[in-house]
Amino acid sequence: MFSDFSTAELMAIFAMQGFAGLILFAVFILMALGLAIIFGQMGVINMAHGEFMILGAYVTYLTSTLFSTHAPDLFGAYFFFAIVFAFFAAALLGALVEWSMIRFLYHRPLDTLLATWGLSLILQQAYRSIFGAREVGVVIPDWLMGSYQLTDMIEVPINGIFVMCLALAATVFVITLMYRSRWGMQVRAVVQNRQMAGAVGINSAKVDRMTFALGCGIAGVAGSAFTMIGSTGPSSGQLYIVDTFLVVVFGGAGSLLGTVASAFSISQSQSILEFFMGGSMAKVLTLLIVVMILMFRPQGLFSLKVRR
Amino acid sequence: MMPFNHMKDYLTRQEALSFAVLALVLLVLLPLSLDVMRLNQVGKYLSFAFVAVGLVLCWGYGGILSLGQGIFYGLGGYAMAMYLKLEASSPQNTLIQTTPGIPDFMDWNRITELPWFWEPFYSLTFAIIAIVVLPSIVAYLIGVAMFKRRVGGVYFAIITQSIAAILTILIIGQQGLTGGINGITDLRTLKGWDIHTDVANYVFYFLCVFLLFVCLLIAQFIKKSKTGRILIAMRGQEDRVRFSGYDIANFKTFVFVVGAAFSGIGGAMFTLQEGFMSPSFVGVVPSIEMVIFCAVGGRLSLVGAVYGALLVNIAKTTFGETFPELWLFAMGLIFIGIVLGLPNGLAGVYSTWLAPKVDEMLNRLLGHEKQNQEIYTSIPIVKQGVVS
Amino acid sequence: MTEGSNTDFLLAVEGLTVSFDGFKAVNNLSFYVDENEIRVIIGPNGAGKTTVLDLICGRTKSTDGSIRFKNKEITRLKEHEIVKVGVGRKFQNPSVYSDLTVFENLEISYPKGRSVFGSLGFKRTETVINKIQEIAGRIYLSDQLDVQADLLSHGQKQWLEIGMLLIQEPQLLMLDEPVAGMSVSERQQTALLLKEIAKQQTMIVIEHDMQFVAEIADKVTVLHQGQILAEGSPEKVKSDPKVIEVYLGH
Repeated sequence: MFSDFSTAELMAIFAMQGFAGLILFAVFILMALGLAIIFGQMGVINMAHGEFMILGAYVTYLTSTLFSTHAPDLFGAYFFFAIVFAFFAAALLGALVEWSMIRFLYHRPLDTLLATWGLSLILQQAYRSIFGAREVGVVIPDWLMGSYQLTDMIEVPINGIFVMCLALAATVFVITLMYRSRWGMQVRAVVQNRQMAGAVGINSAKVDRMTFALGCGIAGVAGSAFTMIGSTGPSSGQLYIVDTFLVVVFGGAGSLLGTVASAFSISQSQSILEFFMGGSMAKVLTLLIVVMILMFRPQGLFSLKVRR
Repeated sequence: MMPFNHMKDYLTRQEALSFAVLALVLLVLLPLSLDVMRLNQVGKYLSFAFVAVGLVLCWGYGGILSLGQGIFYGLGGYAMAMYLKLEASSPQNTLIQTTPGIPDFMDWNRITELPWFWEPFYSLTFAIIAIVVLPSIVAYLIGVAMFKRRVGGVYFAIITQSIAAILTILIIGQQGLTGGINGITDLRTLKGWDIHTDVANYVFYFLCVFLLFVCLLIAQFIKKSKTGRILIAMRGQEDRVRFSGYDIANFKTFVFVVGAAFSGIGGAMFTLQEGFMSPSFVGVVPSIEMVIFCAVGGRLSLVGAVYGALLVNIAKTTFGETFPELWLFAMGLIFIGIVLGLPNGLAGVYSTWLAPKVDEMLNRLLGHEKQNQEIYTSIPIVKQGVVS
Repeated sequence: MTEGSNTDFLLAVEGLTVSFDGFKAVNNLSFYVDENEIRVIIGPNGAGKTTVLDLICGRTKSTDGSIRFKNKEITRLKEHEIVKVGVGRKFQNPSVYSDLTVFENLEISYPKGRSVFGSLGFKRTETVINKIQEIAGRIYLSDQLDVQADLLSHGQKQWLEIGMLLIQEPQLLMLDEPVAGMSVSERQQTALLLKEIAKQQTMIVIEHDMQFVAEIADKVTVLHQGQILAEGSPEKVKSDPKVIEVYLGH
């Protein structure tokens, strides 16, 4: 498939598609980061993760409408407010969900999968009732439009760079929080030994709730980023859940850096292959390769050999 | 040949009763009380019961949660549909096409020659074999690859789910070869016999019930043999089973293959009764719904799985038609409620509340069964707060 | 990979090493076990005792070295294959099938019908039932056959797991802390049971209780930091100054 192009053309195509894949990469990172915390650290399979993302997208949409009707002068800055609102809306809902159902299921990981699937149905229907079945889109502010001309063949979309920076900032924030803060240490302690953590005075119920809420909040931020590449509908989140789980598993559950690396390789290969074979086949091939690799290396890309 | 000393080692009195009641409902009650159109609908619901019964073995007993049963249901369904489509696309029937003699959707996609993998489906024998063997082979390959490397639990669920997603995208993307998102439609005859008549609907319904009972009896055999006990043992103490000299991967692969074969039969029965097959029964959402049928019925109860598939589908159709909005809320809530409060599903409710009374009644009617009825044998349940 | 040599021993471990990310849990370990011997392995926490058993039974794969059982290299065999050549393993925490009855626990361990189709056709014959009842008698659980294993006491679970090994008829039994959590009388019964077993089978036992060790051991191996510190009769090991230092510290 590459033989029709010259090397220079190939390089340009790779670079273009690579930059075009940046937003997808950012959405994957943010989605997967939230899931990596919930799944990798807590062992909970949150099938409603996509719906938390969509909540963030709807909040972003509401914020943009709010700004355009009530504060059109500040419209250029709405996105920053939207990110904050999206985070807190999703985190709040996450805390509520943890309190009402997840906390009863920590010993039954496969059952969290089923219960959160039920939740995702409820959320989807709720979105449909509130926002309607039609997809909504946001107006992207002017300064995020257009692209930066790198060479005569390669141009970089500005919103891509912006969302990318957002994702990297979130990643750095989460990694710092998990590995450099006292709270992160408590989370890791609870993960390793719930009873022992309780015995040394860690309020494990509270840590669980905060962790789950954090994961959901980051999914909300992913929703903000998502509004840049697609319009938001009640069931848009479902399309991403399979990919996101694969990203987390491929990166090696429990390894946040692995998650970033795997989000990058999956989104980039999908975006680059898209140029040559169309969207659906690119996705099939990418997912197939990932599944094949996982069959030979089930522990994912990054994981430690541990003493049992 | 039978590895059981007594009939009751294979089927206890309670189990025999539940099989008999199910047979009564499916073979007498429903056919007498429903018109042929409704009965056909029940038959379609029952096609999902095949999957749910397979899931009782895989998930309830073996602890393997597959979120990709739609793959096998789809393979079985498509194998049947491909045969029927080829019969419906005879050169006489398709004279108006650019290339007569190939399925209409291929012609629309400017394909002029039947793809090689369609060729064997001219033969009904091949199609029938493929319905069972194709899902089994795929399940065997997935099973061996995963279980030999000790991938299980959550990871297995995620990977099977991904494969279901891949297959759906592939079917939709390759419209010319597969019929795309609409699926394979407009199926008419089986060996020249119209599949849409009332008689055909009755025949397919009873065939479906018959095959379902064959699967149930096979599953019951596995459940009551030593294999069934090894599966239960494996669920909690995988290492111990390994150090009793068993190759765990083989047992897991075996139940997974059995579940896949059942699903394939179910898919084929769906195609026959509905008259088409489409990717909407293959992907992630239908696959998870199939798990729901199993969970509602009770993940450890074979008969429960059948009721689960029936009840959820009946509820979906009746409520879904009248209150489409409320239905998704209700379904979500039922699901959360079952997982949180009734991990043994409806079968669990029956065995705690009704079974003792039924037993008492049977004792009065038939006299006490011998004391050692269930000697040495445990009754499996899902305990709250236990890793499943 | 070093090749082991042919010996008269039932089990010959030579140059065994395993490293977890550079940490050598077992380091160039060699020891030999005679037939019908009771070998006890002792050592401070983290000495690598359980890891040695894990390596022999195939639960952990070694980095280097050889493990030969009846002069057959078993280092690269899978767990169930090692069981089939005649090595049985009991875990530190009693691991029995809690959802199944005592009878079913023993039945699963009965060494017939271990393949998928073998187990589908496995029949509870008179022979099987008799064997299970015989073993149940030896492990003091004759009248508990119908009881769900979950409901047994801690000590009874330990016995049940020993029984599950016995019914496999292995030539080598490896027991990880078989008397942990047992009452004094249960300990005595267990010591009796182990001595009875030793008449026909070989055993490797990990144990902390020195009194119990002295009662059952033919030979004691002391492990420290993945290496052998001392080896010999219980009396000799007890008076070894190096052992005293490791156990009592400075």
